[in-house]
Amino acid sequence: MKHLLSTDGLDPAQATALLDTADTLKRTLLGREVRKLPTLRGRTVVTMFYENSTRTRVSFEVAGKWMSADVINVSAGGSSVGKGESLRDTALTLSAAGADLVIVRHPASGAAHRLAGWLEGTGTGVVNAGDGMHEHPTQALLDAATLRERLGTIAGRRIAIVGDVLHSRVARSNVHLLTALGAEVVLVAPPTLLPTGVESWPVAVSHDLDPELPALDAVMMLRVQAERMHGGFFPSAREYSIAYGLNERRFNQLPEHAVVLHPGPMLRGMEIAAAVADSPRAAITEQVRNGVHVRMAVLYHLLAGEEEAA
Amino acid sequence: MMLIKGVRLYGEGDPVDILVRDGVIAEIGPWLDAASTQELTDVEVIDADGLIALPGFVDLHTHLREPGREDTETIATGSAAAALGGYTAVFAMANTDPVADNAVIVEHVWRRGREVGLVDVHPVGAVTVGLKGEKLAELGTMARSQANVRVFSDDGHCVSDPLIMRRALEYTKALDGVIAQHAEEPRLTVGAQAHEGERAARLGLAGWPAAAEESIVARDCLLAKQTGARLHVCHVSTAGTVDVLRWAKERGTKVSAEVTPHHLLLTDERLATYDPVNKVNPPLRTESDVQVLREALAEGIVDCVATDHAPHAVQDKDCEWSAARPGMLGLQTALSIVVETLVRPGLLDWRGVARVMSEKPAEIAGLPDQGRPLAVGEPATLTLVDPQARWTVRGTELASIAGNTPFEGMELPGVVRTTMLRGRVTVSEGKVQS
Repeated sequence: MKHLLSTDGLDPAQATALLDTADTLKRTLLGREVRKLPTLRGRTVVTMFYENSTRTRVSFEVAGKWMSADVINVSAGGSSVGKGESLRDTALTLSAAGADLVIVRHPASGAAHRLAGWLEGTGTGVVNAGDGMHEHPTQALLDAATLRERLGTIAGRRIAIVGDVLHSRVARSNVHLLTALGAEVVLVAPPTLLPTGVESWPVAVSHDLDPELPALDAVMMLRVQAERMHGGFFPSAREYSIAYGLNERRFNQLPEHAVVLHPGPMLRGMEIAAAVADSPRAAITEQVRNGVHVRMAVLYHLLAGEEEAA
Repeated sequence: MMLIKGVRLYGEGDPVDILVRDGVIAEIGPWLDAASTQELTDVEVIDADGLIALPGFVDLHTHLREPGREDTETIATGSAAAALGGYTAVFAMANTDPVADNAVIVEHVWRRGREVGLVDVHPVGAVTVGLKGEKLAELGTMARSQANVRVFSDDGHCVSDPLIMRRALEYTKALDGVIAQHAEEPRLTVGAQAHEGERAARLGLAGWPAAAEESIVARDCLLAKQTGARLHVCHVSTAGTVDVLRWAKERGTKVSAEVTPHHLLLTDERLATYDPVNKVNPPLRTESDVQVLREALAEGIVDCVATDHAPHAVQDKDCEWSAARPGMLGLQTALSIVVETLVRPGLLDWRGVARVMSEKPAEIAGLPDQGRPLAVGEPATLTLVDPQARWTVRGTELASIAGNTPFEGMELPGVVRTTMLRGRVTVSEGKVQS
């Protein structure tokens, strides 16, 4: 594995190996005072974020640092990117400067794929940390890690993804990964927030959340972005919240074992009631914690995997 | 004098010779040199054994980028690409910088075209000032200029305001002109990146729905019918538009339509690589759209092929998808794509190729001396095509400055050997004669 660009087409065995590594790393670090492994010493990891993101960038940075890699953060605002340099030139520059791995978040769908193409032959790998409305593979992996931890298995579990599926890279990556791992996925959203051709996806689709609740093993609430609220995709935040918000009444209709996930940042009261978000059955902070371990596993497989094999 | 030896007119019948004198087809017949040896002493002979003669092609939709983006194409390089593609006339779209929305710019383009002299360059005038869709440009002044503008278009933008469109249609009636509409309801394509369908949805590319094209075509057909004006629909890309055109034509609307070579061959399957060489507006559609467009062209519901030749600089294509400019080269590959998609599958014969590449576009634009029959007394404006030969497309080898061809590396049938504009050889053995 040289790049991690999407979960679409990711081999289930490969995905499981990543999750297993994340699990091992988590257990290795558990209770340690100094959370530092020497594994990636001397490796240079550059994060390149063209969109604001605290949680994902910090998660990758912590992951890299716990593995002893040198992590350098480049943000679009504070670099030549702001002066209009092309993505291609920036990538080639970072590669020439010695980056072993570039972690990119970009508003354009496909940006990470393009980057991987331009870096062909340079030895620099690419991790997609979110590209437009396309994919966010490490988010799906950390969601899978959390579900596996809470539920024991993913195969055969029924998982609802609720909200703005149309614009969500988290939803796309989760659909690919969870179905590849054998889960049943049901997408719940108003028709305006579902992608064209969703009928052909390997998922069930519903516009009504309530009847789905009793059969779910997990429910993943998606963030509703402010620009969608004003973009006419639904009449009002209030109506959305009434129809698709995970309030306490809905929460109580879920089976006892069901897990609540949210990729964050959350709009409390709108997508999810505060009491639900803070309930022990919500795994939202665990998702963040697992995010670091999953990203450590990704860095490990991309940067140290080949040496292990050789 | 020139003697074209052993050519088959429209790919039909036995080979004949064509004698060209003073830019006009003087004689057509077998063994002309044997028949009148004494007369034909000072004659240049073109060996056209195995070739097909067609009237010179006319492209209603070309972006020559001059003035403004001479780093990607000029009237000289675009004319060369056109001649090499078998064209003898091209219509240069108005979305230059500055915009061709006044007599000064259109006369400049027209004059540069004449200076280069490889093809007739007819400037298209903008419908509205600055292509902004708000206020009619001086259509009459452009029509009465030396450039003699008859085709008006805001191509790249849709004349989306129904009242402006109605006025434009009405007004051009007095000019014997035609409005060529880029049919795209802008409210339905905000941020659109690719054909709205399953493939774009999976790739996270914002959709450009078929209805955004079809709704404007339907509206404009109604307006054309209401006003009795002539409408031309640019780059038809969906099966639904074909249905609308069929309906409009059946009820006597004066509407014509063009399809691009790329919409006859490529589909949104190309999106998977995120390579913006495949980004174009309107976007590449589905396999079933492609099939319907081929049949519509053969049937005549879609009247002609137009390239929408759109050169772009490397930096505007070798970037992330959403940052890339839409458009692709087309002049030198158009004939081969038509042969590949229509002639070879048996949907169109060579006379049909003459119709969709030359006669119909000339008629739509009102060109009196293009798209004429290959007959004695007609202008010697023609192209000689080798139907058996194949060639491999290489962007760097095309005459355009830009190299953004989506057909890179494809081996295609049909090679233009010679192009002749009123008796003047502009291309000989696949080389420009400047």
